[in-house]
Amino acid sequence: MRRHLLLPPSVRADLETVRALVRRAMNEITRVPGAAIPGVLAPTIFFLGLTSVFGNLTLLPGFDSESYQSFLVPVSLMQGAAFTGAATGVNLARDIEQGWFDRLLSSPAPRPVLLAGLVLSASLRALIPAAFLLIVAFAIGAHWPGLLGLLIALAVVMGMAVVAATWGTSLALRFRSQSAAPLMQVGMLLLVLMTTAYAPLELLTGWLQEVARINPVTQVVETARQGFVGPVTWADTWPGLVALAGLAILFTFAALRGMRRMTY
Amino acid sequence: MIERLAANARVVVALGARSVTQTARRPQLAAPLLIFPTALLAIQTGGAGRAVDLPGFPQVESFLAFMLAGAMVQGSLLAGNSGGIALALDMEMGFTDRLWVAPISRFGVVLGRLAGTAMLGAFIALWFIVLGLVFGVGFQEGVLGVIWVVVLVAASAVAFGGIGAAIALKSGRASVVQGLFPLIFVILFLSTAFFPASLMLEPAASVAEYNPLSFIVEGIREPIVAEFETTDQLKAIASVIGVGLFGILLSAAALRGRARRGG
Repeated sequence: MRRHLLLPPSVRADLETVRALVRRAMNEITRVPGAAIPGVLAPTIFFLGLTSVFGNLTLLPGFDSESYQSFLVPVSLMQGAAFTGAATGVNLARDIEQGWFDRLLSSPAPRPVLLAGLVLSASLRALIPAAFLLIVAFAIGAHWPGLLGLLIALAVVMGMAVVAATWGTSLALRFRSQSAAPLMQVGMLLLVLMTTAYAPLELLTGWLQEVARINPVTQVVETARQGFVGPVTWADTWPGLVALAGLAILFTFAALRGMRRMTY
Repeated sequence: MIERLAANARVVVALGARSVTQTARRPQLAAPLLIFPTALLAIQTGGAGRAVDLPGFPQVESFLAFMLAGAMVQGSLLAGNSGGIALALDMEMGFTDRLWVAPISRFGVVLGRLAGTAMLGAFIALWFIVLGLVFGVGFQEGVLGVIWVVVLVAASAVAFGGIGAAIALKSGRASVVQGLFPLIFVILFLSTAFFPASLMLEPAASVAEYNPLSFIVEGIREPIVAEFETTDQLKAIASVIGVGLFGILLSAAALRGRARRGG
């Protein structure tokens, strides 16, 4: 209460708006759990499937992990974050189609605050598929990354969800239709898979090696992966955080631009 | 009798043509059928391409040559699922209600949708064949092998489409059929679509050994990477027929149930 009194009334109102939008997003999970199930299950299905299929890649000379489960966990975590973030874009497109978003735009809430509510809810929701995946991964033998490694991985999950949510939001504001959903989902999925998702950089072949080298999400995946395949170091942490911040800023600008252009 | 058969054949052709036109008019619905397997093919080929160096990996020209069959089967599974979604959408919009009351066989309506799925399957096969040729895959069985691949992919799309149609007829809801999407990947991962069974981890390796999808994949893969083996091709044909019959039986049961309910 005292902390609230220290804040100017406009900031308090903005925080209340963000809180209300986050609560609305959380209500969707409890009221329509069926809609959230595919997003929660898909990364785990991919994780189990890919480890079963490509698990013996660790036998290749130069593969820097003995456990493919441990190597793949961060990729599936990023997939889950990407799907959750993209779902925020799909939900926004639905709200635009149904006219609900017009009501938000006509409210006195500043548009960056509306975006903050959407993005924050995505970053929190991304923890649900991440938790489910981690339980399954540890159950089938993925390495415990240590508390610091786990916290870094979860922070990266939330950051990746922010990136995906701003990407999805900017597309939703541009196309204003749920038919843009595949673009939101596949765009993020490709960004995550065109990295060192399947194997270390040295073992990738052809075009993928070149793309993975310059794809900023490679740094993000490596930051999340470090605790699962080795020790946690600052040298392996900061490039991923910088890449996440860069992507988040870029897509936030795109989303805010879309919101400014939106009339009601 | 012959007249009735001819009338039903005309219905199947007309509905098949409608299904193809519908897909062509809404490319955004068909694009994922090609884009997703193509993107996954490109990424897996680059990401796991060194797998051909693993001891025990079959002798193949390249990892892309090995993976092409998996991408085609993935495409045919998605085509079957997409056919089911389209049928469910027709039911949601009331289009099939008009067909049910017409003096035509109800199964002809389903076959019409499957005819469109077959065309889509053939197109998917051709897409990946061209992609393979562009990126240097030499089809070991030549033109005959290419034709056989197209036939097998189209037939498997129909077989998978039968299951999609049955679920559409039973549920009448597109979202239910769409919900099968993750299941498609479970089935794919438990087959030899992406990797030889001998190099997969347990229990997936054992499941893949007996998964009918593995037999279909191997039947499609064989003319690409090796020479025809009668036994492998017979297994592929039997698997396509088995899956197809399963889909037909399910569809027939769903149609009977719908007729009983007056739908």
